[in-house]
Amino acid sequence: MTQAAPPKIRIRGLKKSFGTKTVLAGVDLDIYPGESVVVIGGSGTGKSVLLKCILGLLEADGGSIEIDGEEVVGLRGRRREEINRSCGMLFQGSALFDSLPVLENVAFGLLARKEIDRKEADATALRTLAQVGLDASVAGHFPSQLSGGMQKRVALARALATSPNIIFFDEPTTGLDPIMADIINNLIVKTTRDLGATALSITHDMASARKIAHRIAMLYQGRIIWAGAVAEIDDVDDARVNQFIHGRAEGPIQMTVEV
Amino acid sequence: MGALQALGRFTLGFIGRTGRLVLFAGSGVAHCVRPPFYWRNIVRQLIEIGYFSLPVVGLTAIFTGMVLALQSYTGFARFSAEGAVAKVVAISITRELGPVLAGLMVAGRIGAAMAAEIGTMRVTEQIDALTTLSTNPKKYLVAPRLIAGIIVLPLLVLVANVIGIFGGYLVSVFKLGFNPATYLQSTVAALTTEDVVSGLVKAAVFGFLITLMGCYHGYHSKGGAQGVGRATTNAVVSASILILCFDYILTELFFAK
Repeated sequence: MTQAAPPKIRIRGLKKSFGTKTVLAGVDLDIYPGESVVVIGGSGTGKSVLLKCILGLLEADGGSIEIDGEEVVGLRGRRREEINRSCGMLFQGSALFDSLPVLENVAFGLLARKEIDRKEADATALRTLAQVGLDASVAGHFPSQLSGGMQKRVALARALATSPNIIFFDEPTTGLDPIMADIINNLIVKTTRDLGATALSITHDMASARKIAHRIAMLYQGRIIWAGAVAEIDDVDDARVNQFIHGRAEGPIQMTVEV
Repeated sequence: MGALQALGRFTLGFIGRTGRLVLFAGSGVAHCVRPPFYWRNIVRQLIEIGYFSLPVVGLTAIFTGMVLALQSYTGFARFSAEGAVAKVVAISITRELGPVLAGLMVAGRIGAAMAAEIGTMRVTEQIDALTTLSTNPKKYLVAPRLIAGIIVLPLLVLVANVIGIFGGYLVSVFKLGFNPATYLQSTVAALTTEDVVSGLVKAAVFGFLITLMGCYHGYHSKGGAQGVGRATTNAVVSASILILCFDYILTELFFAK
């Protein structure tokens, strides 16, 4: 990773509201080539919305998102598809296609590009499954036949199969036991390093953030309130960041609990 | 002022929803005629809508034909017009009851299943996953269902017509004592190409409406399991109402002199 190079993803003043509720109120963030950035923040602070705006799944209300120097806010059609081809995404709930077996799930993105035939796509899918620690015996299973951890691995394989140069991870360890969460974290670190990819993850799991990030940014009330290297986060002089990383109920961040 | 506001809000909401549906339909149709085509999905939907709906459509048709024969006979007996039973059964089934009842049965079975499947894909982010894998969700999910609905409903109605007329034949011959050969001759003589073709055109339109409503409500579902349940109900109700509404419009176009 290098910060001398121009950012791989450059976000400026990104805004997104749903009705009267403002979720992103002007997000500024740079992610450099080969870097792994983790955005942390409480539930409902707009972390997933940020990822979806970058991928074009949601349309931003204002601001700018540049990927490799190209503005992608408002971009649609074939050019948007071309940009998405350089990206991989691991969804929070895995989002595997129920109606397709594991092998076809992993090969899906490869076949969608129409650059290789099914035989070659299947071979690549099997190689990628092996990278995430799954052997060919699961290839014919349907997602519903797999455990949550295995589904996460298949989803990771699907995100990696097309060798993307940007990978997004949405809450990669949510719902997993601590051991499986650590296995997934290790796989994320290893596979993104092997690919030389740029990674943007969102999580509220601090153990996961410390493991996979080069830099951490904290999203609060629609803005990035702090960004810095992982090693610096314990020395931050910001009560909101401190409250979040130590998981304390008392502090400036007040969660509304409706009974 | 409150009532006026409510009326205005309802009107704007209705226009907005109609506009969204028309845009969705236009985009779905555009994807039906522009490559790439997902042939495997189209074949899967043809089997799902056509083959697996055969039992329910067949049973509906045979009992409808039987009841129609019985009712016509008892009704026409008052005017000594029992001889018209074969004609009434054939024309009613081919023009009206075959397409409408098959449409309503398929709307209940397929419209609900489609809305539930696509709705679940929406709330579990599978539709978003399609987009991130460079696949247009409408082309992959909606277009194959629309194509299959338009192709397979007329075929189902053709089968329903034959079974329905056969149901009328069974009751007329074995219960009411009609001569089999005379009954069949009357049936063939009564039917015109226009009767059959108008029914098949209606079926194609109904096939489009059923799959469109299933896809539209599923695609726009939100709010987890409750949202999927709501989408399923809306798909069946709206498809059924549209079938009856378009049935009148098409009948007016075909037969109003």
